Amino acid sequence: MYEIVKAEKLNPDVTRLEIKAPHIAKRAKAGQFVMITVDEHGERVPLTMADISPAKGTVTIVAQEVGKTTRQMGKLKTGDKVFSLVGPLGLPTELHKYGTIVCIGGGIGLALMYPVVKALKEAGNTTVNIIGARNEKLLIYEDEIKSVSDEFYLCTDDGSKGHKGFVSDILKKLIADGRKIDMVYAVGPIIMMKVIANITRPYGIKTIVSVNPIMVDGTGMCGSCRIIVKGETKFGCVDGPEFDGHDVDFENLTARNKRYLAEEQISLRRFMGGN
Amino acid sequence: MAEEAGKKEPRKLVPKKYPMPEQDPKERVHNFKEVPLGQDAQTIILEAKRCLQCKQAPGREICMNGCPVEIEIPRFIKAVQDGDFAQAIKILREKQNLPAVCGRVCPYEVQCEGKCIVGKKNEPVGIGRIERFLADWERNEQKHGHVETVKPTGKKVAVVGAGPAGLTVAGDMAKLGHKVSMFEALHSPGGVLVYGIPEFRLPKVIVQAEVDYIKKMGVDLKTDYVIGKLDTVDDLLKEYDAVFVATGAGLPNWTNLPGENLNGIMSANEFLTRTNLMKSYSFPDYDTPNRIGERVVTIGGGNVAMDCARTALRLGAKESVILYRRSEAELPARREEVHHAHQEGVRFELLSAPVKFNGDECGNVKSLEAIRMQLGEPDASGRRRPVKVEGSNFTLDCQTVLIAIGQSPNPLVPMTTPDLKLTKEGTIAVDSEGRTSKKGVFAGGDIASGAATVILAMGDGKRAAKAMHKYLTSDPSWPAPEVFEKVACEK
Repeated sequence: MYEIVKAEKLNPDVTRLEIKAPHIAKRAKAGQFVMITVDEHGERVPLTMADISPAKGTVTIVAQEVGKTTRQMGKLKTGDKVFSLVGPLGLPTELHKYGTIVCIGGGIGLALMYPVVKALKEAGNTTVNIIGARNEKLLIYEDEIKSVSDEFYLCTDDGSKGHKGFVSDILKKLIADGRKIDMVYAVGPIIMMKVIANITRPYGIKTIVSVNPIMVDGTGMCGSCRIIVKGETKFGCVDGPEFDGHDVDFENLTARNKRYLAEEQISLRRFMGGN
Repeated sequence: MAEEAGKKEPRKLVPKKYPMPEQDPKERVHNFKEVPLGQDAQTIILEAKRCLQCKQAPGREICMNGCPVEIEIPRFIKAVQDGDFAQAIKILREKQNLPAVCGRVCPYEVQCEGKCIVGKKNEPVGIGRIERFLADWERNEQKHGHVETVKPTGKKVAVVGAGPAGLTVAGDMAKLGHKVSMFEALHSPGGVLVYGIPEFRLPKVIVQAEVDYIKKMGVDLKTDYVIGKLDTVDDLLKEYDAVFVATGAGLPNWTNLPGENLNGIMSANEFLTRTNLMKSYSFPDYDTPNRIGERVVTIGGGNVAMDCARTALRLGAKESVILYRRSEAELPARREEVHHAHQEGVRFELLSAPVKFNGDECGNVKSLEAIRMQLGEPDASGRRRPVKVEGSNFTLDCQTVLIAIGQSPNPLVPMTTPDLKLTKEGTIAVDSEGRTSKKGVFAGGDIASGAATVILAMGDGKRAAKAMHKYLTSDPSWPAPEVFEKVACEK
């Protein structure tokens, strides 16, 4: 069992859990994930770490309430315990000095984007960060990301804060302005990552995306998370979660992530007190 | 002894094993309860009395010669004949750390029972079921009461992976007085015993009881602990006097045919892990789902394929089909498993191999195309090679496809232990005592031998534990690097 040292709501649908796991915190690096199981009957859910604190011996995950398990996480309180926490899993973000990088995050992806941008900046890169959400209320990690930005853009779909529109609009503009971009890093909804990859492809700008396929064990044993990269089957859990966005088959990833929709609805209805 | 029995009344040999009651096939395809129901004490004593108490002799093989963990079979069967179950389980436990498991999943027919002298003209003595009975008797009657404590040696051993090989080493080393820590990547110990082998063949409470027994011997178990991602083997060597790596064959093999990533197609590992470890058969009481189509096709012919096909029926498939490229005679699965699958109505499409998978507009598999095969000349494995019959393609509608064509070694430890010599197949190169190219590091089970059986993994564990004990207490020498170069080339 792993103790939650701090549980807090970032907005009505998003919960941040800081969990005691000194052994994981000691080894974890930006870009890696943990598998969390809330209770003995729970499913194993992969969540990328939003913060890693070796000093405090904690790792932090951020979950958006979508299905049963994430709603259950939303009800967890400081002092509660979770049944299982495994990590650090997956490969860490490759930290090089690329030059100028544009990091783009959307929705819940912003929580995962923060440690990556921080690490990339510490590695000597100039960071141009673009963050977005549907509306102002759903924006998370704004200040944290701003604090590691050389240049910062914010957009909301409804215009309630910052630029009205999509993160991709800003990227397009930066490219149109002839800005020198050495690498683009995108994390967020699949559709967002796909759009970003399509924008950068004709310019040959290296684009890394962080995917979140359905997993079971998270250690390379089952292949639930397989994803097609450059026509080859890769495992999100051990070969990823980061891949070259120009090589990822997003159609297949989208279809695969929908494969238990019906069952997810059953679980959710039951949890919400329906039948 | 039979030969000396002249003075007594001549023994009448019961030609067949006393029947093992089983759940009715029609009923059991709707539940996950164990198929064989077990036998009572009276029947087990009668079964034991079929044993002739043969002695080992040069040039003659008896039951014991077939046992990978060297159990003194005639001795424990003698105790059963005398009705002394406590003594019998004690003898069994001298060599066997997982009797309740092996009494269920060992391929006895090719091991102990395969060598049984009674079996030459009749059915062999049911050694497997006697072992099973004793382990169950101990669990129910003695509550694992007899754990003998031994004088600590002061040596510390790390075991990586709590599957059959790891549990065996942990148990054996603890018995010898070494302090053992086990590291398991999953949230539950047992390895393939919990994620792979279905509940109806091996109830998980039994695995848990065996693990508890080993823990009672003083073994410390850390779950959720991925060696290679947390500590590396090198880190462990700083804290422990020896390390045993038993991380298994955790990497599923694929057909690499077009359409394999369609929804509804999964590895046997995924399907079985969802079902067994994550208990998707109790969805939505347990959160992990497992979708099952009306027709489920399992590709492969081993024990894992049989497990998949039989599990599919229990999860509600209307039809469960095994697609295998050779004929029934070459099925690598145990006869008993094939027999159970037949009984439960699994359909066998033999001499057939998949060609491609077809999907619908939503990315779900809707059918597979296969081709008929015929058997040609024997290949390297001695089995006749399947050859395509050109133009014999056929289509099989299906909504679920399970790929059960074997596993490869788990790469996590090899990847993070650069000076560990590997074979071409990616297994860790070991000598006959389970030693690796890295001093103080031993390996066994599927990570060293490639995908095999529970009992062979346990046999590896036995040998490694013996060698490890020698290394820690009397002879710290280590083979020269060339030994492992040679192993790596030969394999």
